[in-house]
Amino acid sequence: MPHVALPHIGTDTAWRDAARGLVSRGVPPSEVTWSRGAAEADLFATPPEEIAPASKTISVPRSFVELANTVIWHSDPERFARLYALLWRLGSEKGLMEDRGDADLAKLRAMEKAVRRDRHKMTAFVRFREIGAPDQPRRRFAAWFEPTHHTLEPTAPFFARRFADMDWMIATPDLTAVFEDGALGFAEGQPKPEIPDDATEELWGTYFRNIFNPARLKVGAMMSEMPKKYWKNLPEARHIPEMIASAESRARAMQEAAPTLPPLRAAKITERLAAPRVLRPMADDLDQLKAEENACTRCPLYENATQAVPGEGPRDADLMVVGEQPGDQEDLAGRPFVGPAGQMFDRIAREAGIERDRAFVTNAVKHFKFTPKGKRRIHQNPNTSEIKACRFWVKSEIELIRPKLILSMGGTAAESLTGSRKGILSRRGSIEATEGGVPVFLTVHPSYLLRLPDPALREDETEKFRADLKSAQAHLEELRAQ
Amino acid sequence: MVPPDKLSQAPPLVRQGQEHYLNLMTTHSLERKLAILSDAARYDASCASSGTSKRNSKDGKGLGSTEGSGICHAYAPDGRCISLLKILMTNFCIFDCAYCVNRVSSNTERARFSVDEVVKLTLEFYRRNYIEGLFLSSGIIQSPDKTMEDMVRIAKKLRLEENFRGYIHLKTIPEASEELIEQAGLYADRVSINVEMPTDASVTQYAPEKKPDTIRRAMAGVRMRKEAAKEKSHTGKRPPRFAPAGQSTQMIIGADGSNDATILGQSTRLYSSYGLKRVYYSAFSPIPDATAKLPLIKPPLMREHRLYQADWLMRFYGFDATEITAGTDGNLDLSIDPKLAWALRNRHAFPVDPMRADRETLLRVPGFGERTVQRIIAARRHRRLRWDDLARMGANMKNARPFVSLLDWTPGALLDSPDLAARFAPKPEQLSLF
Repeated sequence: MPHVALPHIGTDTAWRDAARGLVSRGVPPSEVTWSRGAAEADLFATPPEEIAPASKTISVPRSFVELANTVIWHSDPERFARLYALLWRLGSEKGLMEDRGDADLAKLRAMEKAVRRDRHKMTAFVRFREIGAPDQPRRRFAAWFEPTHHTLEPTAPFFARRFADMDWMIATPDLTAVFEDGALGFAEGQPKPEIPDDATEELWGTYFRNIFNPARLKVGAMMSEMPKKYWKNLPEARHIPEMIASAESRARAMQEAAPTLPPLRAAKITERLAAPRVLRPMADDLDQLKAEENACTRCPLYENATQAVPGEGPRDADLMVVGEQPGDQEDLAGRPFVGPAGQMFDRIAREAGIERDRAFVTNAVKHFKFTPKGKRRIHQNPNTSEIKACRFWVKSEIELIRPKLILSMGGTAAESLTGSRKGILSRRGSIEATEGGVPVFLTVHPSYLLRLPDPALREDETEKFRADLKSAQAHLEELRAQ
Repeated sequence: MVPPDKLSQAPPLVRQGQEHYLNLMTTHSLERKLAILSDAARYDASCASSGTSKRNSKDGKGLGSTEGSGICHAYAPDGRCISLLKILMTNFCIFDCAYCVNRVSSNTERARFSVDEVVKLTLEFYRRNYIEGLFLSSGIIQSPDKTMEDMVRIAKKLRLEENFRGYIHLKTIPEASEELIEQAGLYADRVSINVEMPTDASVTQYAPEKKPDTIRRAMAGVRMRKEAAKEKSHTGKRPPRFAPAGQSTQMIIGADGSNDATILGQSTRLYSSYGLKRVYYSAFSPIPDATAKLPLIKPPLMREHRLYQADWLMRFYGFDATEITAGTDGNLDLSIDPKLAWALRNRHAFPVDPMRADRETLLRVPGFGERTVQRIIAARRHRRLRWDDLARMGANMKNARPFVSLLDWTPGALLDSPDLAARFAPKPEQLSLF
């Protein structure tokens, strides 16, 4: 009966080579025994090098390779046999690796999890102490650690990637990892070496004690993540008993302490910070208007939006463009017409001969209305009362800018400016007027074009929109000439 | 604290800090400062050090690595993970936020780290494998810009002079200038801005110097910068990465009267608007020298826990906030988890057959986690699943029992039994006298 004795260092590759050879020779799991290091003398043992190398390539699912590479480091002596038994079954059972309900696989998965956890805890709980002089070009550190499984070999590369500019050693009862001048090597395990004290541990203890909130004592949560078996090698752990013991009285003392009088400087500072806020009754200037729009609570939309998005453009613009409401991008930037629909408008407006930089652009509603959907915000049409509430601001902007012509895009803008959004497609291209008598040229909203799924139809509609804008521009020029 | 007689033999780190500090107005030792400024930082819940770009120092020229998942290097008896050196640069503060131990009107002891001290502490702790990196926050001194500038200097020095490749989280100050926030994102893995309270009204009431709309705008700014950093320029060059681990925020639970529906609604809005990685909920916890404006309570830890569970349901299980709190008084049931509570209120949707149900439906079964669902879907292609299979796949069958039907199990009348909810309620417990 073949017996495979695997080496202490490089156990993973040795097992893989042996298993491959055994499978290709057709040796069933019941006829092979395994050990790490030389097992008790077995007269029938076969040294691994005598197991014939694989004569044919054996293909196994990648998930098995990953599983084996982890389980191999488990401390259970049965691990090699269990892995080999599963490998054997894989030859005839398709889909076995995906079956989490299979009892053999479930056992190996549990072992895999234990090794993963042990490796993770090693990356977390190894504590280096400085053993060289701190002013050396390469500083020297050493640590003693006691893992549950044989996890130093697979975990040492983590430390090599992280602590590459210093020399270090991690000693465990089983194996020692040494990293010197950028090269990682392993040696046999050793009894716990004497590593001199490191004064930084005092500072670390100070931090550990002070970051702890005594009002939230949850010892169970700590114990499940940092079990006691690790405590003896953690310098901070010696503070734990005292921290737990005093927590309740410290928390109670905080609650019972009477409020104190604030220090003298406090009042002065607070007074200085409380900036005077003068509320002017009427907007008399664009910046003032913007500030007032931002403080608007006339409808509930302000509650969800980032900010109000006021109109933007030259004070003396004779064309005012009114869209629907800010979208996602406008809401973030606080500027109108910067999102996809705005960019599309800019492009077509330029093609239609509109001097975009000389136009004042704004929206009928100043806050973004949306419903949250995971990581996105889905645009919602503002309703009549929201449009009505915001009409106040649109009117103020019109009064301030005094445009010769307003380009109204979409139903919401039409409703805000003319009082009705009905039949916008039949009214497009026509000129109506605001209550105050400013001419309003009606067209659709550019986002309507963006939403059309059919490219041909979209092309058609884009052409119509461009024609509308040209006609608006022509009208504006007429008005300018008057 | 190190007793004074030990200071003479203190390591270079301590000595240097002391020398430096002789020039400053106070004479705290580095250790005392660390005590004060970590004590002041403990109310920030975030400890994440995951999800940033992958880096290492294999070239031998720097220190540190980040490999996707974070590492908790220690746990304090409050059950919280210690992953980062979480400190304030200073706890001097000109603001007067009622819930905060560092508010201007508190008589707490004050201290301030120098740039070099923070850099040195971070590196020395990191070298000894105590931490994953630095989480730097600060009270506001002089002005928001001045404070932010000093914080950015620390991050910059760590990255550019010391070649530090570990994790850096900077708490940014919403009132600081855009250029400074831009810089913060260049050196930090994560930036965060706290919304502080669940509603604008509460922020205005308890943190009078903070402006909710400034906070929102700052978060919007971070999202825009992050998106801009993803776009290649016309030359095909990628701009430098901006805060690769994203942004997060925190709100205090239980200090104001907001109910859980309001809190989860706020989170939903924050997640959808600013691409936040996490919203942290921090149970309002007693602070030394509290103000009379905000009486201290026992921190509502269970409520905090339930909110995190609900938050998870929203982010990974396809629930929305309104479903989670529908049919309640606006607050989550403290005795059972929110998914179980939802299932008990929506029994008409059960039992679910794990062999047939789609992923979305499976995710709503109590006791089934994301991974269990993934395993069920993979395994059921090959064969029929039984009770034991599900148990082996990691399902919590105690919770799932009434809500699934299997080849060898049907809940029968159990699902509709009037005492079903009572079966899940925790056993009565002796109340603590304190």
